[in-house]
Amino acid sequence: MIAFIIRRLLQSLLVMGTVAFIAFSLFNFVGDPVNNMVGQEATEAEREYIRQLLGLDQPFYIQFMRFVGNVLQGDFGQSYRLGQPVLNVLGDRVPATLELVFVAAVMALVIGVPMGVYTGLKRYAISSKLMLTISLIGVSLPTFVIGIMLILVFSVWLNWLPSFGRGQTVNVGWDSNLFSLEGWKSMIMPAITLCLFQLTLVMRLVRAEMLEVLRTDYVKFARARGLSNRAVHFGHALKNTLMPVITITGLQVGGLIAFAIITETVFQWPGMGLLFLQAIQFVDIPVMATYLLLVALVFVIINLIVDMTYYFVDPRLRTEGKGGGH
Amino acid sequence: MGANCFGAAFIAAVLAVGTGVADAKTFRYSTTGDILGLDPYTNNEGPTNTMKSNIYEGLIHRSYDLSLSPGLATEWTQVDPLTWEFTLRQGVKFHNGNDFTADDVLVSYERIKQPASNMTFVVASIDKVEKVDDYKVRIVTKYPDPTLLLNMPNFWIMDKEWLEANNAMDIAEGASVSTYANLNTNGTGPFKVVEWQPDTQVVLEPNADWWGEPQHNLTQAIFKPIGNDATRVAALLSGEIDLMYPVPLQDIPRVNDDPTSTVMEGPELRTIFLGFDQHRDELMDMPGSGKNPFKDVRVRKAFYQAIDINLIQKRVMRGASRPAGLMIAPGINGYPKDLDVRFPYDPEASKQLLAEAGYPDGFPVTLDCPNDRYVNDEEICKAVVPMLKRVGIDIKLNAQTKSLHFQKIGRSGTPWETSFFMLGWTPGSYDAHNPLMQLMTVDGEGQGTWNSGRFSHPRVEELTDMIAGETDVDKRNAMIAEAMEIHRDQVGHITLHQQALAWGVRSDTVADVKQRPQNDVDLRYVTMK
Amino acid sequence: MADSKTIEKPIVEEHMGLFARIGDSFRRFLDGDIFYSFIHSPITVIAFVVTVICFVLAAFAPWLAPHNTNDIATLLLDNAELPPFWSSYTASWGEELHGRTEFLLGTDPDGRDVLSGIIFGMQVSLIVGFGSVILAMAIGITLGLISGYIGGKTDSVIMRIADIQLSFPAILVALLLFGGIKSVLPPAERQDLAIWVLILAIGVSNWVQFARTVRGSTMVEKSKEYVQAARVIGLHPILIMIRHVLPNVMGPVLVIATINLALAIITEATLSFLGVGVPPTEPSLGTLIRVGQQYLFSGFWWMTIFPALALVVLALSVNLLGDWLRDALNPKLR
Repeated sequence: MIAFIIRRLLQSLLVMGTVAFIAFSLFNFVGDPVNNMVGQEATEAEREYIRQLLGLDQPFYIQFMRFVGNVLQGDFGQSYRLGQPVLNVLGDRVPATLELVFVAAVMALVIGVPMGVYTGLKRYAISSKLMLTISLIGVSLPTFVIGIMLILVFSVWLNWLPSFGRGQTVNVGWDSNLFSLEGWKSMIMPAITLCLFQLTLVMRLVRAEMLEVLRTDYVKFARARGLSNRAVHFGHALKNTLMPVITITGLQVGGLIAFAIITETVFQWPGMGLLFLQAIQFVDIPVMATYLLLVALVFVIINLIVDMTYYFVDPRLRTEGKGGGH
Repeated sequence: MGANCFGAAFIAAVLAVGTGVADAKTFRYSTTGDILGLDPYTNNEGPTNTMKSNIYEGLIHRSYDLSLSPGLATEWTQVDPLTWEFTLRQGVKFHNGNDFTADDVLVSYERIKQPASNMTFVVASIDKVEKVDDYKVRIVTKYPDPTLLLNMPNFWIMDKEWLEANNAMDIAEGASVSTYANLNTNGTGPFKVVEWQPDTQVVLEPNADWWGEPQHNLTQAIFKPIGNDATRVAALLSGEIDLMYPVPLQDIPRVNDDPTSTVMEGPELRTIFLGFDQHRDELMDMPGSGKNPFKDVRVRKAFYQAIDINLIQKRVMRGASRPAGLMIAPGINGYPKDLDVRFPYDPEASKQLLAEAGYPDGFPVTLDCPNDRYVNDEEICKAVVPMLKRVGIDIKLNAQTKSLHFQKIGRSGTPWETSFFMLGWTPGSYDAHNPLMQLMTVDGEGQGTWNSGRFSHPRVEELTDMIAGETDVDKRNAMIAEAMEIHRDQVGHITLHQQALAWGVRSDTVADVKQRPQNDVDLRYVTMK
Repeated sequence: MADSKTIEKPIVEEHMGLFARIGDSFRRFLDGDIFYSFIHSPITVIAFVVTVICFVLAAFAPWLAPHNTNDIATLLLDNAELPPFWSSYTASWGEELHGRTEFLLGTDPDGRDVLSGIIFGMQVSLIVGFGSVILAMAIGITLGLISGYIGGKTDSVIMRIADIQLSFPAILVALLLFGGIKSVLPPAERQDLAIWVLILAIGVSNWVQFARTVRGSTMVEKSKEYVQAARVIGLHPILIMIRHVLPNVMGPVLVIATINLALAIITEATLSFLGVGVPPTEPSLGTLIRVGQQYLFSGFWWMTIFPALALVVLALSVNLLGDWLRDALNPKLR
């Protein structure tokens, strides 16, 4: 068991190292940070000086080695754009994004699961088909269009909700939107925008699982025992459905963080995604690298948890090592 | 053309100067990006410089109308062609209570000229700064510099004791190591920084001990950057902010229709132009041909005359631009008004010129264009492309984000990797010598950094060197005019226009704000209702 | 004579057999469950018809679109920002602009007919969508087959690569790849090749799902007796995989492909919002929306709403087809 975890951890480190390496090989193609930093009047000599200072005159693998060396000592460098330690800058942003992603994921589950159950049980009802079709619209429109439409309707026309930023936050160890009405007002539109895709996914997943579980002998047997529909559906069927749903939702957190880039840009939500996009536009290499490492870390951790859960739950997998994906 | 569009659109100017202000007046304003740091000598960039000028002051202040007035120096005299004496203002205190003296000026000079500083151009002509007494300094230049005073407003003065106490004397370039001075401030200016939350807000409050008489009536100012254009407009319309810029041109009527919002328009100093590769023997878009059509002035003129700038002004810029015949705008020192005349739009002449030059069927070329730098930059390029196509040029458009665009057309890496490009320029010193040196010449140390097409004319090179040291204003202006005229007639670049400023202002909360041509908000001049 | 006959006959028979097989499977398809479920699902039929219309419009855009908007020389600024034919508004310079039947759905800020722009844009979006899905499918199936069939070290290396790929969200991969690939191309070609770079970027970022599915099925098939038997009689492993394993995994692959097609079209639109993608002179649906949304607040709704509608209709139809296909091909649900 310990050997399994250690092996997985080593593999994870390898994954993260590779992620960072590939990232560095691509950074050169994002543009030239020096021009953004020094302004138009700087002479070529001054530009060259800055370039040397930042090590940008070195080939990318040397830059990469230096970054890794510093990271191993806990130093993630300084943001080119903001002139502050990357960890400080990112530290302020992580809660903003995690709260947004958390609320979006919860919304997706709370709305998606009942809808999935309903469409699974009433497979042939018109209402089910309607729900399935409408839910697809959510994944057929780009996120930014949804966000801008929401702003147009709820901020500009109706003036109900703030159009940008986190508004008033409450400090509960971190700056939080969850503990005040103002905070929730700022949160609601970005969260809806972000959750639509997951919502559709969760609903479809629950439906598919329900359809399968309802056909199993186990459920048929429960029915034969004379249990009520209600007991069968919620006690047996749904319970068996939820495990894969939660797993997939967990795995999708990475996707949510990625899509938060768009949502945060539209709503000027001061999270990691906005930071990353601005980092790309400014060619803020330390911030880009750290962000990608962080996303990789989140993914690695989630994957590890999922694998370990499977390991405990399903002894058959102990020999095979890992479960196939969806 | 367009003069009527620039009527001073200042909103009801009820100055609340001197009236006692009891109630809280918070001014919230926004633009596209956050400041890049608070160290006055790093990051020479528009919004960042504006923020610094609320906090720090120079010996001379540049007012909203670009006129120079006493700042930390009360008066100055020129002793000989190389030497200036500045008398310093007495009784001025930094935000932390330290006194301002000549030692602070000396230390600031030492600091601003460090290699990692991005503001060295401000003091480039200075040989040394000497202390005469505690309230008098002498500045000696390397050569007679007619633009010295013009640069002084950006020479922000820092506090010697504060720098020493916090070990912040060395500018580690804002990016590689963060210094104390990048995160903390201690100026003499009318505003103090309370808090900087990157990408969220900068909170400022007035400096109660400021030496001057405040013209503003603010009790607090909050700067909130919003990157997305649509979101920024929405924030203004819904009253979440009091002022924002730039208003996307297409949204000007929408903002003006709103009963509580209005758009202030005014001229900006930035000139937008297109440049050609006049150096390579073979155009990058014509590999194997061995030809570079842009070496022929007729081809350059054909491109110029194929572009209908008035139509672009009307449709793309919605009236918010001033078609330009020169590389410098009115208001720039040395601007020769009489020469600011464009070649007429004439596609037939254009075709004729191309035929004469030996390209009756045109030739392939790619236009490099930024899509997030200037007002409607991509839209202007998209309008230019069909116009050139109609005179037979096989033109393609490469519009990309500014980091990539400037890397491509700039000097680093593969230098000037462009055949045809868009660029905009505001002279940092507000003087005509700056664009001549940076854009229109190649010959000399530190010259032609952004002359990406490497336009070069022997007389212009000569004149530019002479202008640098000429202190006789009339002679100097005549030389500037001659250089500008040669450049115009040689079609060194296609000058397009000066873009207009467009600020969205809440008329229910803001009483007055002064719009400066460098497109920034100086909090000194903001009054609220 | 007799000899030649014995040689020819099997070939002919094989050919006959092939045609017969195709005809047979088509007949089976018409009689079968899949066609039955298709014809009895009106939503699916509508989706199918809409998708076909979109494909036809895209394929024959130069003949069907009222204006050739890809010929940028025809774009006149004087025709810019016209409203749809039934409406009018007062422009900022005071002129009353009336819609014209020449431009049914109005024009955009460049003077491009919105309807024609949508038709040509659909072409670009579909090329990007199909191109990237085919690429993702090719990479995914190949790696999945190799991974599943060979197993062992090869398998774990490929699956590790898949993990790394997954830990970069697709949109990020596409974003970084696009910049990377584009900058190594010769400058004169970059604009022409942008669309292929986009296909490469989106395609490469989406192969993992295919690979995982194919790998799983391959592992199952591999252990079956017929594959073992084929191996014993000395058939080449590649042949075994292509002839026996591939047909069995085509069902799920087709479903993933359909859904990924919609996803790729949306990804292209999203990338264009981030300022990355095809040149704005040959806009895709995403580019049209990106440009149009800047004019939404100023009341030029037709520049965004119509392209957005077209995108929704297209993506929704493809998604619905994918949905139906998933259910129809799932034997457990019949």
